Amino acid sequence: MSTTDATASPSALRRALRSKRFVFGGALTLVISVFVVVGPWLAPHGQNEVVGAPFSSQGLFGTDYLGQDVLSRVMYGGRSVLVIALLSTVLGMVLGVLIGVVAAYAGGWWDEVIMRLNDVMLAFPQILLALLVLTAVSQPRAWMIVLLVGASHAPRVARLARGVALGIVSRDFVHAAEALGERRSRVILAEVLPNMNAPLLAEAGLRLTYSIGIVAALGFLGFATDPSAANWGQMLNENRLALSTQPWSVLAPVLLIGLFTIGTNLTADGIAQLSQPGGGE
Amino acid sequence: MAETATLPEPLAETPPSQRRHGAAAWAAWLARRLGLSALTLWLVSMLVYVSTSSLGDPVRAIMGREYDADVARRTALTEQLNLDDPLPVRYLDWLRGLLSGDLGTGLASQRPVSEVIGPLVANTMVLVVIAAVVMIPVAFGIAMLSANYRRRRPDAAIQVVLLALAGLPEFVTGILLVALFATTVFQVLPAITLVAPGSTPWSTPEAMVLPVLTLVLAVAPYVSRIVRATLLEVLDSDYVELARLKGIPERVVMRKHALLNAIVPGIQVIALQLAWLAGGVVIVEAVFNYPGIGNQLVQSVRDHDVPVVQAISMIIAAVYVGVNLVADLLSILLTPRARTAISS
Repeated sequence: MSTTDATASPSALRRALRSKRFVFGGALTLVISVFVVVGPWLAPHGQNEVVGAPFSSQGLFGTDYLGQDVLSRVMYGGRSVLVIALLSTVLGMVLGVLIGVVAAYAGGWWDEVIMRLNDVMLAFPQILLALLVLTAVSQPRAWMIVLLVGASHAPRVARLARGVALGIVSRDFVHAAEALGERRSRVILAEVLPNMNAPLLAEAGLRLTYSIGIVAALGFLGFATDPSAANWGQMLNENRLALSTQPWSVLAPVLLIGLFTIGTNLTADGIAQLSQPGGGE
Repeated sequence: MAETATLPEPLAETPPSQRRHGAAAWAAWLARRLGLSALTLWLVSMLVYVSTSSLGDPVRAIMGREYDADVARRTALTEQLNLDDPLPVRYLDWLRGLLSGDLGTGLASQRPVSEVIGPLVANTMVLVVIAAVVMIPVAFGIAMLSANYRRRRPDAAIQVVLLALAGLPEFVTGILLVALFATTVFQVLPAITLVAPGSTPWSTPEAMVLPVLTLVLAVAPYVSRIVRATLLEVLDSDYVELARLKGIPERVVMRKHALLNAIVPGIQVIALQLAWLAGGVVIVEAVFNYPGIGNQLVQSVRDHDVPVVQAISMIIAAVYVGVNLVADLLSILLTPRARTAISS
């Protein structure tokens, strides 16, 4: 993830480059992200172009259920997964950190109420929240998936953010800022948040891993935002019956999703190790 | 891909007990926790009801393009879902039914919901219980192996593999296992679960191997990593060093000192993962077409079958809340520190 490099100080970056997990995970994430971004320009065929008979072995990975080129669709199909996963991760992080920090900073009764409501959201497995709302919707849209996945991240991020913030709000520099008469919003934004960087960065990497998984899973379960466009998750749903006859039509998108999540997860763990005292292997 | 293992501190939830002793303190603690669980479930029921029946228009979703043409069916559906009543009235009606065991009528099957999902609940429970029973010794075994080689090459290798597995979405694991064992490489196991009507999935045990394996691979890495971390902490501690100096063999140190201390964090992470399994089965059942509530949930969401979705969501949330309650209780009973904090 490029964001990790931008926000870390040079010494942190140098330490990061010594962590094998971080380097390997980061490289894997980078390679697949580049593939996803430039793929559509390099694809040999259009995403809806019929090149041969259905499930034939024409081309590198053969053709899919409609006779479209699997390689080309794989090159097109990562973009929507990546964009939706990234947006929902950002949304989930922003919402979750806000909720968690406000709960920790407000304390007392507010903290109790906010965290109790948080527990209610935690009683849902993440995919279930999306499925619940999609029940009453005739055609899922991309923004709905972003909202739902983001909303399902928020309580989980909030729990972590509250824990991290609790260790900060009682420190002297926060009291000093309050004594100087800073507004509450400014204390949170300028004093508390900047000191939560490292654990939140690791959490963001983890959330991105889960976002990719959930977004692809929704496609796999048949909740397509755009039924004709190529999408890794949806490709599994379209071609799964051909797993025995034309395995690449399923294995190509599955392997890409798998490698992507392994990459982001290793990166997240690398960051988490570095943020711990004496971390790094 | 399962839930992150951020463990709650067992002491955090224990209220400081004043002037109460022994049994009374325990009863008070239990009553408080049961009350909170009931409150959570009540709020969950509101969330379930509102998000399934008022955010979108279920009737429009069910009827699709026939919405404008078929006025009679539209009225019938509106009638069946009581959509003419205001939301609070509908919700209270539904809640009253839920509490008295009447889950309504499925829209797709036109049969009572309890009849539709009754047999499926048992199938899913069998799947989850087998997965849990297989997972626990496997996860502890891997953790002990890893801790045995701590900070050496085999440990590092095991940790990277576990981390990679932890990141994989469960449908990726499932499809790769199908490709490996059922279709492309070997053809030794069935790819999907086919169950004759009136029969049960466990009457064809080979069909359960891959779904169970998928769930175990999704959950074991998390448990293993937490248990290993606890084992390492204990194995590096002063009192274990003293035990070694006294000449106690490493195997006994591992069994008597390290493993016993890893049980409480182990229970918490296992509970977290069992709770996760309640949701994780949704996708795994869909991959293998396993006849359980998860697969039915996906099917019902596709059919916009609101009453079935509501019932299954409540079951999953109830399992989640229940498992967490039992885990908290167990970890307090097994932690002497926390135990005395309550009853003294």
